[in-house]
Amino acid sequence: MGKKILLDKINIPGIKTYEVYRENGGYKSVEKALTMQPDDITEEVKASGLRGRGGAGFPMGMKWSFIDKKSGKPRHLVCNADESEPGTFKDRYLMEHIPHLLIEGMITSSFALGANLSYIYIRGEYMWIYKILEKAIKEAYASGWLGKNIKGSGYDLDLYVHVGAGAYICGEETALIESLEGKRGNPRIKPPFPAISGLWANPTVVNNVESIAAVPWIVMNSGAEYAKIGLERSTGTKLISASGHIKNPGVYEIEMGITVEEFMNSDEYCGGMMDDRPLKALVPGGSSVPILPAHLIYKTAAGTDRLMTYESLSDGGFVSGSMLGSGGFIVYNDTTCIVRNTWNFSRFYHHESCGQCTPCREGTGWLEKILWRIENGQGREEDIDLLWNIQSKIEGNTICPLGDAASWPVAAAIRHFREEFDYHVRFPEKIKDRNHFVNEPFSKVQHLISKQTV
Amino acid sequence: MEISNIKQEINITEALMTRINELISHYPADKKKSALLPVLHEVQDAHHNWLSVELQQKVAEILEILPIEVYEVVTFYTMFNTKPVAKYMFEFCRTSCCATRGVEDLMDYACSKLGVKEGEITSDGLFQVVGVECLGACGYAPMLQLGDFYHEKLSKESFDTLIEDCKAEKITLHDK
Repeated sequence: MGKKILLDKINIPGIKTYEVYRENGGYKSVEKALTMQPDDITEEVKASGLRGRGGAGFPMGMKWSFIDKKSGKPRHLVCNADESEPGTFKDRYLMEHIPHLLIEGMITSSFALGANLSYIYIRGEYMWIYKILEKAIKEAYASGWLGKNIKGSGYDLDLYVHVGAGAYICGEETALIESLEGKRGNPRIKPPFPAISGLWANPTVVNNVESIAAVPWIVMNSGAEYAKIGLERSTGTKLISASGHIKNPGVYEIEMGITVEEFMNSDEYCGGMMDDRPLKALVPGGSSVPILPAHLIYKTAAGTDRLMTYESLSDGGFVSGSMLGSGGFIVYNDTTCIVRNTWNFSRFYHHESCGQCTPCREGTGWLEKILWRIENGQGREEDIDLLWNIQSKIEGNTICPLGDAASWPVAAAIRHFREEFDYHVRFPEKIKDRNHFVNEPFSKVQHLISKQTV
Repeated sequence: MEISNIKQEINITEALMTRINELISHYPADKKKSALLPVLHEVQDAHHNWLSVELQQKVAEILEILPIEVYEVVTFYTMFNTKPVAKYMFEFCRTSCCATRGVEDLMDYACSKLGVKEGEITSDGLFQVVGVECLGACGYAPMLQLGDFYHEKLSKESFDTLIEDCKAEKITLHDK
C-alpha cells in the first residue's frame, strides 16, 4: 500500500461530519498554524515542493509568495473546485466524502496568506456537493473555526461557497474570478496576475482543491517530510481519477513515482483492462494532454519505465510523451475509434470556448466540423493536413490555455494514429456504423491501409 | 410540447427572498453583483427550471444591476435555461469517458423509449433528453444529471426504473 495523506481517513464511518472529523485529528493544523508566523507556513509549503494539482503543476509555495502583502489591500484565497477537465473527478470525491479537510486547508492557507475573506468556487453541476460544503462550513462556524477572532488568535476569516453554472472555462483562474464577480467567464489578459490584482482588484491566490487539502498535512508534518514522499521533483501523493476501459474505475491516491504499469494493472488501482481486451491508448492527465499510443504507455521512447510523475509522463516532449495534468487517467481499449474520440474532445472544446479570441472561437469549431466529416465518411485526403494546420494556428495564439488544450489532443491523435484517419477517409463505407471498431477493431483492418498507396 | 410564447409566472416567495439575502450577505456590501450566479440558480429552481426575460429583469432589480448584466450571464452559462424545459430533464454526459462506456447507445434508447428526438420535450411536458459535456463522473459512466443529482453507472434497465420513479413522483429534483 502506498502512502496516503489525503484519503487516509476516508473509510472512517461518519468522517463527513464535523464531530468525527475532529475526533480524528481534524482542524489540528489550524491550531498549530495560528501559533506560527504566516510567512513560515508559506516557507513550509515551498519546502514541500507541492505543485498545483489542478493541471498546470506550478509550485504552490511560490505562487503564495507572489501575493501582494505590501499594498495593504484586502487579500483573498479562492479554491478552484470548478473541476471540469474531461477525465477528472477527484476533487468531487474529496469534497463529497471528507469536506472538512478542504475547509481546514482553506483556513490554514488563508491564514498563511493573510486573507480574511475566502471562497470555494464549485462547478454548478456539483449542486449536492455545494450543499455538503455549505453545511460543513456552518459546522465550522459553529465550532469557532471561522468568523471573528478564531480560537482567540485575533485572526478573522469568513469562508463561503460560490457556485458556477456550467462553464469549463471558469476553471481558468482569471475566468473563475470574473465569474465570482458575477460576470461571464472570460479570461483576463495577464499581467496583472491575480496575486497583484485578482478578485475585485484585490491580491488573490487561486488554488485547486487537492492542493489546498494537502496543506494541513504539510503544516502538521513539515514541508521537508512531505518532500520525502514521491520522487524527485514530483513530491507527495496525487489523486488520480481513473476511467475508461479498466476493471476498477475510481479515484486513487498514489505516491508519485509508481510505474504506469503498476497503476494500470495492480488490483489496488485500476485492476487491468476491462474484459481483458488489448490496451490501445491512454490519456494520462485529462482530455487536454496528448494521447499516448500503446507502445509509449509503459515505456518511454528511450525504453525506461514510464512513471506516474510530472517528469516521466512528459518524457519525450510532445513527440513521444504527454503530461500528468490533472490526473484524469483515461484508458482506451482496441474497440475505441481514435477519430471519433478526437472529434468528441473537439466538440467539447468548441462548446466550452468562451469566444473571446478568434483563433479559439473559430478554430475549435473548424476542428469539430472537419473531424465530424472524417468520422462520418465524408472526409477528404487533405483534411488531415488541414486539421494539423488549424490546431497549430490556435496553439499559443489565445489569451488563456483553452486554445492549447483544444489543439494538443488533435495534434497528438494525428501524430500517433494517422493511419486511422487515413482509413476513415479511404474506406468510408466501413465506418458507417458509429461502433465500427467495436464490431471490427482497427488492428484487424490496419493491413488495408498499409498496402494501399495514395 | 409547444414552448414558444409561454408566460412565466413570477413568484419571489418570502423563503426565496430570505435565501437570496443570505447569498448576498456572502459578498462585501458594495459587491452585490457577485451573488448573481448563486441567486440565478435559486430563482431558476423556484421557477420550473427556466428564466424568462421578465424573471431576469426581476433578478437585476433585486441585485441593483442592469438587466443586460443578467442577460449576458444567463446566455453564457449552460445551466441557465432561457426557454421552458421538461419537469424531468435528463442531461446525459456525452464526453469521451461516457461515450467510451456506451452513452450514445443509451441516449438513443432513451429517445426511442420516450418517443422524442434529442432536445425535444414529451407531449405531457414530463421528459426531455439532452446531451451535455463532461459532468465529472467519468469513472461512473454512463450517467446523467437530473435536477441537483447524478444517476450513475446506468444501464437500460436502471434508466427504465428511473423513468418509473419519475412518473411515481419518487424523485427529488432539488435539495432545499
